[in-house]
Amino acid sequence: MLTILQDVSLQIEQGESVAIMGASGAGKSTLLALLAGLDVPTSGRIFIKNIDLTALDEDGRAAVRAQYVGFVFQSFHLVPSLTALENVMLPLELAGKTDVRQTARQALERVGLSLRSQHYPNQLSGGEQQRVAIARAFVNQPAVLFADEPTGNLDAATGERVIDLLFEMNMATGTTLVLVTHDAKLAQRCQRIIKLDMGQVVSA
Amino acid sequence: MKALRLAWLKLIREWRAGEHSVLLLALVVAVTSLTTVGFFTSRIDRGMAQRANELLAADLRLQFTRPLSVRYLQEGQGLGLKTAETQSFNSVIVSDTLSSISTVRAVSEGYPLRGKLKINDALNGVAYETTSLPKLGEIWVDPRVLSRLNGQVGTVLQVGKRQLVVSKVLTYRPDQGTQFVELAPTVLMRLEDVNSTGLVGIGSRVQYRQLFAGERNTVDYFQASIKGRLPPGIRMEQLGDASPQLNSSIERAGRFLNLSALTSILLASVAVAMAARRYVARHLNTVALLKSMGASQRLVLAICGLELLMLGLLAGIIGTTVGYVTQGGIAIVARDLLKEALPTPGGYPVLLGIAMPLIILIGASLPPLLQLKQTPPGRVLRQNIAPPPLRYLSVYLLALLAMLMLLVLTLKDVRLVLYVSLGVASTAAILCGVGWLLVRSLGAFRNVVGISWRFGIANIARRGSESIIQLVAFGIGLMILLMLSVVRNDLLNDWRMSLPEKAPNQFLVNISPEQAPTVQQFFVDRGVEKPNLVPMLRARIASVNGKSIQGRVAKGDRGRGFLERETNLTWAQQIPEGNKIIAGQWWQLGDGGGARVSVESSIAEDLELKVGDVISYEVAGTQVDATIASIREVRWDSFRPNFFMVFSPGILESFLGTYITSVYLNPKQREVMGEFYRQFPEVSAIDIDSVLAQVRSVMDNATQAIEYVFIFTLLAGITVLLAAIQATREQRRYESAMLRTLGASRRKVLQGIAAEFMVLGLLAGVLGAGGASLIGYYLATEIFNLKYAFNVDVWWMGLLSGVVLVGVAGMAVTRKVVNVPPMTSLRESRL
Repeated sequence: MLTILQDVSLQIEQGESVAIMGASGAGKSTLLALLAGLDVPTSGRIFIKNIDLTALDEDGRAAVRAQYVGFVFQSFHLVPSLTALENVMLPLELAGKTDVRQTARQALERVGLSLRSQHYPNQLSGGEQQRVAIARAFVNQPAVLFADEPTGNLDAATGERVIDLLFEMNMATGTTLVLVTHDAKLAQRCQRIIKLDMGQVVSA
Repeated sequence: MKALRLAWLKLIREWRAGEHSVLLLALVVAVTSLTTVGFFTSRIDRGMAQRANELLAADLRLQFTRPLSVRYLQEGQGLGLKTAETQSFNSVIVSDTLSSISTVRAVSEGYPLRGKLKINDALNGVAYETTSLPKLGEIWVDPRVLSRLNGQVGTVLQVGKRQLVVSKVLTYRPDQGTQFVELAPTVLMRLEDVNSTGLVGIGSRVQYRQLFAGERNTVDYFQASIKGRLPPGIRMEQLGDASPQLNSSIERAGRFLNLSALTSILLASVAVAMAARRYVARHLNTVALLKSMGASQRLVLAICGLELLMLGLLAGIIGTTVGYVTQGGIAIVARDLLKEALPTPGGYPVLLGIAMPLIILIGASLPPLLQLKQTPPGRVLRQNIAPPPLRYLSVYLLALLAMLMLLVLTLKDVRLVLYVSLGVASTAAILCGVGWLLVRSLGAFRNVVGISWRFGIANIARRGSESIIQLVAFGIGLMILLMLSVVRNDLLNDWRMSLPEKAPNQFLVNISPEQAPTVQQFFVDRGVEKPNLVPMLRARIASVNGKSIQGRVAKGDRGRGFLERETNLTWAQQIPEGNKIIAGQWWQLGDGGGARVSVESSIAEDLELKVGDVISYEVAGTQVDATIASIREVRWDSFRPNFFMVFSPGILESFLGTYITSVYLNPKQREVMGEFYRQFPEVSAIDIDSVLAQVRSVMDNATQAIEYVFIFTLLAGITVLLAAIQATREQRRYESAMLRTLGASRRKVLQGIAAEFMVLGLLAGVLGAGGASLIGYYLATEIFNLKYAFNVDVWWMGLLSGVVLVGVAGMAVTRKVVNVPPMTSLRESRL
């Protein structure tokens, strides 16, 4: 069996912003998947808001995600068959919220895309797609936001703007921000940097 | 509720984005072809049943030897049924100097309720159909009676105490019967004139009949409502009781139509299964995303499942509506060809049209949906994380079983469903196997062909399981197309050939042994082929395995008649032509097996007889025992003298019997029959030309109907091909963009795609042709009881159409992939 992460112990406070850094294959994405409850460790325990994720089954972890977690991905992961607005509405609809359309419209407005709400993802630029993804991530006011290389697919200038937006929203909503990145400049903007090497935390 | 709402939203949104067009198209085409077949088949069925009902001159007939209560007539009329009455009895008809025994049939206004009478203005005139009846005081007379009486139109005949004027020559009654029951020729008169003949009274042997006809549902209702309260002795006759010859033709026609419906359904399932697979592949990322947002497995399954069900319902409604409209169109186009207006279709296809896509959809998409449900949410971070492989064999098996049950219930033909399904399944298995081998071995060709071919072949090999699935879809599609074009024609031709142009049209019954040579000579002298005389003896069955048949209950009407009446027996050294042994063995000359008999299969079934049983007959006061040596299937529509019981030689010869024979007379030779009636007044001649014509017309009508219906099955087959190509379209689009980014010209990319499709098509053609030949062979020999000749056309057509059809269709659908700017394709593919 291949060991990807070993002896990792860390705590992230409410409202904190944390960057996870490391070379390719260091285990960054795996750590993120574990923290978000997308995967389970072979041993060890993970808590979000004092809930033991490792004690839950897949649906239990899904329920935790629905309540507390938001995501921004490197490859955006917008649903190609939904418009920008519908993509943002999706988490609200899943949570069974009311006034979905209005809330989603406001979220799009906050990322500056109210004019693009009826466009499909393939009609949007990469930066715009990521902004939609950010609107979607924040629309539910999650306690924790996980971002996996959010600027990995964007050029430097666009990436910059997306990051500004991410931190602005983080400040405004008091969300805990956990992001995986290669970008030292981006990492510098976080309150804390966790460096991984060969599956182990080398500095935190 | 939440799932329903989300599924609905998802459907609407994805629909707007054009996401479901392929799946919906596959479903709609499937349902349309299915319901078109269903509606049209339902009408044809009803039409053919109606035509067959002509043999009763009604849809339902009550028969009794004493006057029937008018209550039934009144009840029938109350329900809106048309009714008529007849009485028939035998009587001597007298002209000036001559007399003839005839069956007198007295009929009421309205007779016949189904079919038409045919009459002639003179003895040798041209017969035409009529809807009128003899006027009061007039009589219409069979040409045989007129010949014997030396009479003509205008002659006055004495019937009992009454004198009636011959006003027409009667050449055909729909209910004249095709068996040797009504031997004496008929005269037709009005029921109102019967009393004045003084022939019907206490003690006279009269058959009273009441006739009913109308909408099928009403007739069925009426039949059910009176069935229980008919006094004993009253015989109720419905379609199916009338003529074994015509029945077996209609049955065979029904099978052809069922075959077309069945292939449509199977095709539908293949197309839908492919589209559902594509749906799952396209939804992996979305499902992972939904899960990362906190959707539970159940919610994901419910959303996707409900979405598909709604889609199925939509397809069912659209398809059924279109199907109804299309069948109406065909019926209008085919009206002239079908020679008559078709009755309205039943409502059953609507149910089928709505239920079938749902069942197909559940069967085809439940396993991949269950797989989709298990998509790990971690896929949002790493694209290479896939759900666990499909392990839902039991779900597939259950779905398959449900499908088969539904098909059997719908088509009511277990064997046909089994054979075709097994054929398709084994072809699919063979295709999978050979496809796997091909994909494995293609590598060897890579280095001996040019770049385009190399690329095409490499693609097939690289796609691995995808290629195999495409191959199976192409193979099944081609197989069915071949079955529809070549094999179907072969089968239909074989069917039509089974009733040759010169099928015997005159049956001669009751020829005495002394007369036999003279009768043969009579025809030889007049240039007719020497008739083959078959011995015949009438006797009644006495016991089975030593137990008297008293109190024995038969399962069917035919068996009941067999117990109650004398039936015809014959003996033969060789098995009669058109007969097929299905159990036991035919006897050999001098095999020392003793007295044996071969029994027709329907009688064996009705009376529960099996090989080894001993039946005893009472022949002229002597008991004759014979062991059942074999059970035979008889092709009743072969129009040869056929018998339920055939004895081995050396048992019945010593009893005084008669001979029966059949001859074919061309229209010119038919005049000799007048002479024949006078020379051999004791011999009964039965003209079955009209029955032959009826059977031919059923065959022709059915053939045309089948051809129309198959056009839609054909369309369904083409959809399968398209669905198979569509399934890999996104992938091709991405690959094309990649290649072009790397510097390949559009031409090169297109050539590669063409090469891939042509290789796939060639292979699918080989296997499709093999499958079609095999299935055709089984259908012909096992289902339709026809001889089947292997046809080389299937093979070259299979190969050619494989390469051309799959090549062209593949190019047509994927041609556009090279027109999309590479950057767009690359960007979309990441979504």
